[in-house]
Amino acid sequence: MLSRSANDLFWMSRNVERAENVARMLDVTYRMSLLPYRVVETGEKWAEPWALPLVITGLATSFYQANETLTAENMIRFMVFDAANPSSIHSLLQSARENARGQRGELTSEMWESINSTWIEFRGLDYERLLARGVSEFFDWVKTRSHLFRGVTVGTMRRDEGYHFTRLGTHLERADNTARILDVKYHTLLPTVDDVGGAVDYYQWGSLLRSVGAFESYRKIYRDAITPYRVAELLILRLDMPRSLHFCMVETFNILCSLAHAERLEPERLAGEIQSQLHYGRIEKVFETGLHEYLMAFLDRIETLNIAINKYFLVPDYA
Amino acid sequence: MSTPRFYDEMRGQKGAILPHYAQYSQWLEKMPPERIVQKRHEAEVTFHRVGITFAVYGEEAGSERLIPFDIIPRIIPANEWAVLEAGIKQRVRALNLFLHDIYHEQNILKAGVIEPEKVLANDQYRPVMRGLNLPGNVYAHIAGIDIVRAGSGEFYVLEDNLRVPSGVSYMVENRKMMMRLFPELFGAQPIAPVEHYPDLLLDTLLAVAPAGVSNPTVVLLTPGSYNSAYFEHTFLAQQMGIELVEGVDLMVRDSMVYMRTTRGPQRVHVIYRRVDDDFLDPQVFRPDSMLGVPGLMQAYQAGNVTLANAIGTGVADDKSMYVHVPDMIRFYLSEEPILKNVHTWQLRNPEDRSYVLDHLSTLVVKEVHGSGGYGMLIGPAATRPELSAFRERILATPEKYIAQPTLCLSTCPTFVEAGIAPRHVDLRPFVLSGPEPRIVPGGLTRVAIKEGSLVVNSSQGGGTKDTWVMEQ
Repeated sequence: MLSRSANDLFWMSRNVERAENVARMLDVTYRMSLLPYRVVETGEKWAEPWALPLVITGLATSFYQANETLTAENMIRFMVFDAANPSSIHSLLQSARENARGQRGELTSEMWESINSTWIEFRGLDYERLLARGVSEFFDWVKTRSHLFRGVTVGTMRRDEGYHFTRLGTHLERADNTARILDVKYHTLLPTVDDVGGAVDYYQWGSLLRSVGAFESYRKIYRDAITPYRVAELLILRLDMPRSLHFCMVETFNILCSLAHAERLEPERLAGEIQSQLHYGRIEKVFETGLHEYLMAFLDRIETLNIAINKYFLVPDYA
Repeated sequence: MSTPRFYDEMRGQKGAILPHYAQYSQWLEKMPPERIVQKRHEAEVTFHRVGITFAVYGEEAGSERLIPFDIIPRIIPANEWAVLEAGIKQRVRALNLFLHDIYHEQNILKAGVIEPEKVLANDQYRPVMRGLNLPGNVYAHIAGIDIVRAGSGEFYVLEDNLRVPSGVSYMVENRKMMMRLFPELFGAQPIAPVEHYPDLLLDTLLAVAPAGVSNPTVVLLTPGSYNSAYFEHTFLAQQMGIELVEGVDLMVRDSMVYMRTTRGPQRVHVIYRRVDDDFLDPQVFRPDSMLGVPGLMQAYQAGNVTLANAIGTGVADDKSMYVHVPDMIRFYLSEEPILKNVHTWQLRNPEDRSYVLDHLSTLVVKEVHGSGGYGMLIGPAATRPELSAFRERILATPEKYIAQPTLCLSTCPTFVEAGIAPRHVDLRPFVLSGPEPRIVPGGLTRVAIKEGSLVVNSSQGGGTKDTWVMEQ
């Protein structure tokens, strides 16, 4: 298929996935802000729950360019409606729809209708209507539209290259998001493992699990207190967790195996390397290295993989 | 309904329902008004949902609009269609011969039928095409011929569109919509099908591939998603099962065209291009074009790729050349033209010019290179200041304009807010030229929704109708 088409499909699903992750992150932040106690009294700005989205997305500078104070309203306006913010739900849904519009011929009509009606419905919203509808209800709606789109994709799209590139975008974006959210949470909110235990801890880690939809799974698997150690294990190494790094990279590897041929084997090799490290990794080792260092190294590796995918498939550099 | 002033497609001049509309009109009379309302709504919802929209230039970037669809079809009886079909094919055959001639021997110029300067100094005449031989000698593979009916019901050719004519997707989609809304109508009457147009188009494109290629790859080249006809580009590519490419997807290496795919460069043999000549190759035409492919012309001249339509067809569909088409038919085919031209004054000629300036308020004035209903003057509908502004423009560059009488375009019953009322229509059938011209029985009927308006262009608020050609 055309490289440009593959690129559009890849970014279409990445943008939808990212919109879902932004909604998840904002939803958890919103829920945390409702709790009747103050979080860790470090005195630092990012301890404020509404700072969390800025830390995860790295958008603090552009936020403070547009806003003087950090409030729930400013944050929602910035992360949901601000068309100038490339990571806002507005921008992501619009880009996803533009990617899809350019590739109508590659999509099933149900996929197009799903993504198009999501955008049309979103355009009918503003901050006041969102409040009237309910903040969490809105984030649920974004998640549901993302689930629907993914479901329609899996349920209707022919298993050709287009499908593989669409799914590739979903899994790479998801791995990226899980790594970032885990890193930020670990580092900004609980600087040392000694802070483990207590109510604050419980809500902090509980909210992290909720933000990736893994709270119930954690309970089922460990039937015990929530500890950073286990949360990290769950979200990095467990193969049965659909948002874990391991799961996402196995999917990525399998997809790249189906796409690889002739002189285009490098992305598959890189993904294979990453997934076998996860496959044979142990959580003790991760903590020995340092969770932050481990996650940074992981993000570097998937960046290298992204570059290879661009080079060999999406934005080929032959003259 | 009162007797119409104009020839009406359903009632002719006398007001009684014509035989080819008899069955439809009985059906319409029996149709409860609320069902019609519901069906019209259904059509609109479907067009929106499916995204059958077009972009409007000059409005917010990327804005999309629906073209109003009218559920009363325009019906053409078999005997009238037979004449139209023969006339249109004759015309396209002559136009292709003319294009071949002016880029080769130039017999028609030598014979003095057309002043050489009018052709050779035309902006749209492309010297790069001189002496280049094309597969099957076909230049205008896809032609849209605009037909109107006027006066007491005779057909006229209003315009030949030989560059990148659009609208055919609406012909197909309107038919699909009518069949979906009113399937009962199609069982009862022999209405000629049109949905196989994409198959014929692909067949035509494959037939004109460079010689010696056994399994040619065809692509559709679009300027991109902001083009007003982008929906049509995606529709046709999808229907033909070919890649929809943009300039950035193609590259030229060793005078051959390739597309950039996830499996490396893949050779392309035929390009159905929906990009104007000027933008095709920045090395030869406009250097600022981002839509084209550097080196494409070189591959084309080497005979390694076919462009449909060919480069340089614009010289034949320009409104100053239009007047000569009947002469072309006589010159190349030794036949009399089957379809009439509309009388046309050429403002470059002093005599024509002074007549037109004296009668400006009764005439239609068009730009020679204009299209889409932009930049035209409709004398009877224009205000005094508009008339005098146009007069200045004509005097400044008379060669840029032609004038025609204001035609009493035929009308067709159409749903408007006040109910069913006659509205002016035209017709654009599409001719495909491979070894022989072929035509799908039908075309795009455009309708001016505003009362009294003669402008049917979608960019000016016109709508469309399904067009039925009766098989008997």
